[in-house]
Amino acid sequence: MKKFTVHTGTGVPLRRSNVDTDQIIPAVYLKRVTRTGFADGLFSAWRNDPEFVLNNPAFAGGTVLVAGTDFGTGSSREHAVWALQDHGFAAVIAPRFGDIFRGNSLKGGLLPVQLPIDAVETLWKLIEHDPTTQITVDLVEREVRADGRSWSFELDDFTRWRLLEGLDDIGLTLRHEADIAAYESSRPSFKPSIATT
Amino acid sequence: MGRTLAEKIWDAHVVRSAEGEPDLLYIDLHLVHEVTSPQAFDGLRAAGRKVRRPDLTLATEDHNTPTDNLVTIADPVSRTQLETLRRNAVEFGVPLHSLGAAEQGIVHVIGPQLGATQPGMTIVCGDSHTSTHGAFGSIAFGIGTSEVEHVLATQTLPQTKPRTMAVTVTGALRPGVTAKDLILALITQVGTGGGQGHIVEYRGEAIRDLSMEGRMTICNMSIEWGARAGMVAPDETTFAYLKGRPNAPAGADWDAAVEYWRGLATDEDAVFDTEVTIDAGAVEPFVTWGTNPGQGAPLSGTVPVPESFADEAARTAAERALSYMDLTAGTKLRDVEVDVVFLGSCTNGRLEDLRAAAEVISGRRVAEGVRMLVVPGSAKVRAAAEAEGLHEVFTAAGAEWRFAGCSMCLGMNPDVLTPGQRSASTSNRNFEGRQGRGGRTHLVSPAVAAATAVAGHLAAPADL
Repeated sequence: MKKFTVHTGTGVPLRRSNVDTDQIIPAVYLKRVTRTGFADGLFSAWRNDPEFVLNNPAFAGGTVLVAGTDFGTGSSREHAVWALQDHGFAAVIAPRFGDIFRGNSLKGGLLPVQLPIDAVETLWKLIEHDPTTQITVDLVEREVRADGRSWSFELDDFTRWRLLEGLDDIGLTLRHEADIAAYESSRPSFKPSIATT
Repeated sequence: MGRTLAEKIWDAHVVRSAEGEPDLLYIDLHLVHEVTSPQAFDGLRAAGRKVRRPDLTLATEDHNTPTDNLVTIADPVSRTQLETLRRNAVEFGVPLHSLGAAEQGIVHVIGPQLGATQPGMTIVCGDSHTSTHGAFGSIAFGIGTSEVEHVLATQTLPQTKPRTMAVTVTGALRPGVTAKDLILALITQVGTGGGQGHIVEYRGEAIRDLSMEGRMTICNMSIEWGARAGMVAPDETTFAYLKGRPNAPAGADWDAAVEYWRGLATDEDAVFDTEVTIDAGAVEPFVTWGTNPGQGAPLSGTVPVPESFADEAARTAAERALSYMDLTAGTKLRDVEVDVVFLGSCTNGRLEDLRAAAEVISGRRVAEGVRMLVVPGSAKVRAAAEAEGLHEVFTAAGAEWRFAGCSMCLGMNPDVLTPGQRSASTSNRNFEGRQGRGGRTHLVSPAVAAATAVAGHLAAPADL
């Protein structure tokens, strides 16, 4: 995974709440077996609307998506994270995230930043007033900065360290292989197992 | 202090715990399907890793499969995805129930049906409706593809312990009111983010009275109000359902298992982080009018006026939803006419659901101009329904009797709504375009689906 330390870029104001992962990328794009190439599916239904924010040239090149509450609810599809990253987003700021989407983002290095609704509202106004506003998402300081203001956000130390170092979870877990083997040796015999051929 | 059901199961699966790190949890069962697994298997190949426990892994084909035949997958991209799963299953030794196999079906229908879903387990799948399996008193939750790869490689997951929540359903459901109505009413009460960060235990008399199928419907939709997982304590209903199933314990193992399962119930002095109460006696047949599962109302009600929502975000969302749904505030929900009725999905595609709908539709006809699809949740459900003659009830009424799969729940296979079409659907999501681009979805129970098919507009069996 690519390291995430400090990112600075322009923002895209998505003034919508309850943006479920079916909107981020509809199921029809999930038939692919690759891990990249999902940018064309990003918000594909909404992009048919010329008024949709991603169709506004003023916000082209934005790398920080600022959305309403309950972003990424619904389906577990990690393709939603891949589509946002393929489009160029490095971070998403919202008042609340769907749990699975948030977890998937942290696995893939797309930083989900939870800020209160009034901070999000301020960021929306800043970006809409001046689309070239630079937004800094600083994981080292756990802080978002824009227009001379700053807002701190929470992320647990372990996840922060993993992102700062760009570490792969599987590699980290396999350091504890002996613990896994020890646990397995004591599992009750009534636990189900599936016949393999 | 006592522990909750969730805490007992969590504690029993901690492989490693360290200060300042997530717990490393052992996973008892990993369910796999074609959509969220190909990139995970690719990851294993690239790193030279194997599947650690193929014997704790179970794969099926469901999302892309056609339901009009068992042979031809017309879309080449869907075909490639299914063929990729088949190749991966062979290469990594993972058991797979393919299209046409006796045990094939929706991943959340076949686990319980095989008896592979049991109390006290940790169960994951690259699918948000994995919460279904919590109905047996297990911790079951959806994961993304990176985590699928992690479980394949290590049979564990690093997880931060969620908070616990009790949803106590007091009283009893009234006749004609079902588990689906109850969960839809609950989601409207608490909102789509109400359960965020929590494992929820559904408790109370009305939950105890539910069949395993009803409990699965409730737990299935836990994710629709943001909960990490939903669960019901195992009891005699659970044990009776499991006994004798292919993967259930037998002989001395059965006795040992039941003894262990009985001890899992939440201790009397355990404390939940959050508590919610809902009165079952007040729940009526319930439907959604909007574009998220929290936008619902009793069938006897009307399409709400957006201005009636105090919260600005809720008001804006309601305005947007009415526009997408082409509904006018104040319209009686019973006056909303539908084009398609979909009976099926991991929420309501089990035998009990088909029976409930068949009872309503028996001797009646699907209304002129309405298309009704009946899609069993698994090949076994289909066979069992046919053994009872349910397929004849449906086809005599003019409904389509299909093969098993996810079908019209998610717009990924040939079963889709066309733009502007309106459905009454027993599935779990009414998101914009969920059942096909431009499609409009009203979530309903199987009984309401059947009555709606007959009436041609949203209706309860009592209206016929």
